[in-house]
Amino acid sequence: MNSRESILQAIRKLPREKKNLPELPDFGKNSDLLAEFCQSITRNAGEVLSLEDFQEWMKEKNFKKVISLVPDYASLSTQAMPEDPHALDSLDLAIVEAPFGVAENGAMWLDETSLCHRVLPFIAEHLVIVLRSAHLFPTLHQAYAQLQDASTGFGVFIAGPSKTADIEQSLVIGAQGAKSLWVVLVD
Amino acid sequence: MNHPQAAAAFLKDQARASWHDETLWYVRDKRDAASKRLPEWEDLRTLASDIKEHTLSQLDYYLEKFEEKALENGIQVYWAKDAAEHNQIVLQILQSKECKALVKSKSILTEECHLNPFLEKNGIAVVDSDLGERIVQFLNQPPSHIVLPAIHLKKKEIAELFHEKLGTEKGNEDPKYLTDAARIHLREKFLSAKVAITGVNFGIAETGEFVVCTNEGNADMGVHLADVHIACMGIEKIIPRRKDLGVFLRLLARSATGQSITTYSSHFRSPRKGKEIHLILVDNGRTAQLSRSNYRSSLKCIRCGACMNTCPIYRRSGGFSYGSTVPGPIGSILSPGLDVKKYSTLPFASTLCGSCTDVCPVKINIHEQLYAWRQEITQAQGWSGKELSIKLAKGIFTSPLAYRVSGKILRAALKSLPHSLIYHPLNAWGKGRDLPQPPASTFSEWYQKNRL
Repeated sequence: MNSRESILQAIRKLPREKKNLPELPDFGKNSDLLAEFCQSITRNAGEVLSLEDFQEWMKEKNFKKVISLVPDYASLSTQAMPEDPHALDSLDLAIVEAPFGVAENGAMWLDETSLCHRVLPFIAEHLVIVLRSAHLFPTLHQAYAQLQDASTGFGVFIAGPSKTADIEQSLVIGAQGAKSLWVVLVD
Repeated sequence: MNHPQAAAAFLKDQARASWHDETLWYVRDKRDAASKRLPEWEDLRTLASDIKEHTLSQLDYYLEKFEEKALENGIQVYWAKDAAEHNQIVLQILQSKECKALVKSKSILTEECHLNPFLEKNGIAVVDSDLGERIVQFLNQPPSHIVLPAIHLKKKEIAELFHEKLGTEKGNEDPKYLTDAARIHLREKFLSAKVAITGVNFGIAETGEFVVCTNEGNADMGVHLADVHIACMGIEKIIPRRKDLGVFLRLLARSATGQSITTYSSHFRSPRKGKEIHLILVDNGRTAQLSRSNYRSSLKCIRCGACMNTCPIYRRSGGFSYGSTVPGPIGSILSPGLDVKKYSTLPFASTLCGSCTDVCPVKINIHEQLYAWRQEITQAQGWSGKELSIKLAKGIFTSPLAYRVSGKILRAALKSLPHSLIYHPLNAWGKGRDLPQPPASTFSEWYQKNRL
């Protein structure tokens, strides 16, 4: 008997009690989603920018290598998307758009259909996520309801910049992924 | 292994032990604050527990469904009955790719299987890419905590280590500086690795996808640059539906570190074009634990580490004192299931205060299971010193004369005996504690004198 069969057999021969799979309540609430979302992003050590602030910020930072996948800001790109994702190593800034965000924790959904390379939001030194302020859900429950039929090969909730507290529990922003996260809220 | 002995060794450095205790309590505090921000917290715990109970009651069905969907998605699925088979499967994949070096993100399962030493023996270099795990790997140590692998180390030690291994400035202990050095070091590893290994936080039967959670982004940096992604998953990590993730992701990070969610929650459904995902489903004692009605619900564990952070014993004895891959209260239930002789002291490394049960996001009755293991282990050992003292106490408490006489003797002894005789090695209570000051009079004497 192969291991697959022996594992399944070992489970099958156990006496079992019937235990029902619970239905999930919605847990939705009518709070100020935008305020809660901004608070969550700040708590996660990310930054929220208005469109004007973002334009100002771009001028000030003057990044050398930028890839923007947001059609409205395509002109911010300084280079084309390379074919090999390894070539993204020196990228200063990636600008992507999230279809929605979650107020309770600041998580924003990105999937590979809008990323070109899966590694893009991780490998870039800094990350900007553009989000429509109306596209907010109160909790992850509504977010997963939205994702029910999505079937892309890879998707990720990103809630802040890469971080670690592995050295004496001191929070350090910028571990292996993007060193900063900027959320640009648009109407 | 022997927990009391190992704990005594940890406690020799009092200052460090106090720091360890306080640091973990700080994490526990953050968990409390995060949980209290959600009015539905207790409902979520109940839902998570019920979902896991249901899944465990039909684990065969969900595993087959998960496999079927994963195969449809283009993921290659393997089954391993134990650690040796798991390691062999990984090695075979690596050999077929002629891979000599790989990056690995945090996976408690591969620690449990001792994958790193096995691969190294077979000439394959493994780089743990989580910062804490890289630190303990440099020191040739296992992680001392499942979420905070290097929590037993001070930044001074890490600074010395990085000076030696990564060439950082001598004496620079700034966590930001050290983290930056590790980032540069690991970046180079990510860019050159052809194979990346990850653990799995949740496998979703409905869709055949799996979810990996990190704060550092190290799992994603590894797998999205490699040609081959090997995901190692315990069979208890299955959940039925994608929407169940809403419940579990809301609980996991809040319980672990007090964050509302980890920075990255990555959902892998199919490989990139031309690339591969291999997923290994591992039993290694899980079906045996499932068959033990007293302990089967320990398989609900989602590895958040909350029970460790709150445990008065874990905080004061350190992760290494448990001598097992998963330390702390939950580890003290899981490890005896793997080898009851080796881990026989672990269920006793608890005050049975129940705090672990109170914070557990999937409502495992941890302290009750610890108590159940104690019954089994004590019976198997046949004799215990405690039993003798309980019998003696029974004799004293059932005879008023014996009670009066022995009380007098003890009070006199405590007053007059030399310190060395009272705190002799047989007096386990006196280790690290002071015995009480004997009272001036007994309650009966006081009552005789003061009654109206």
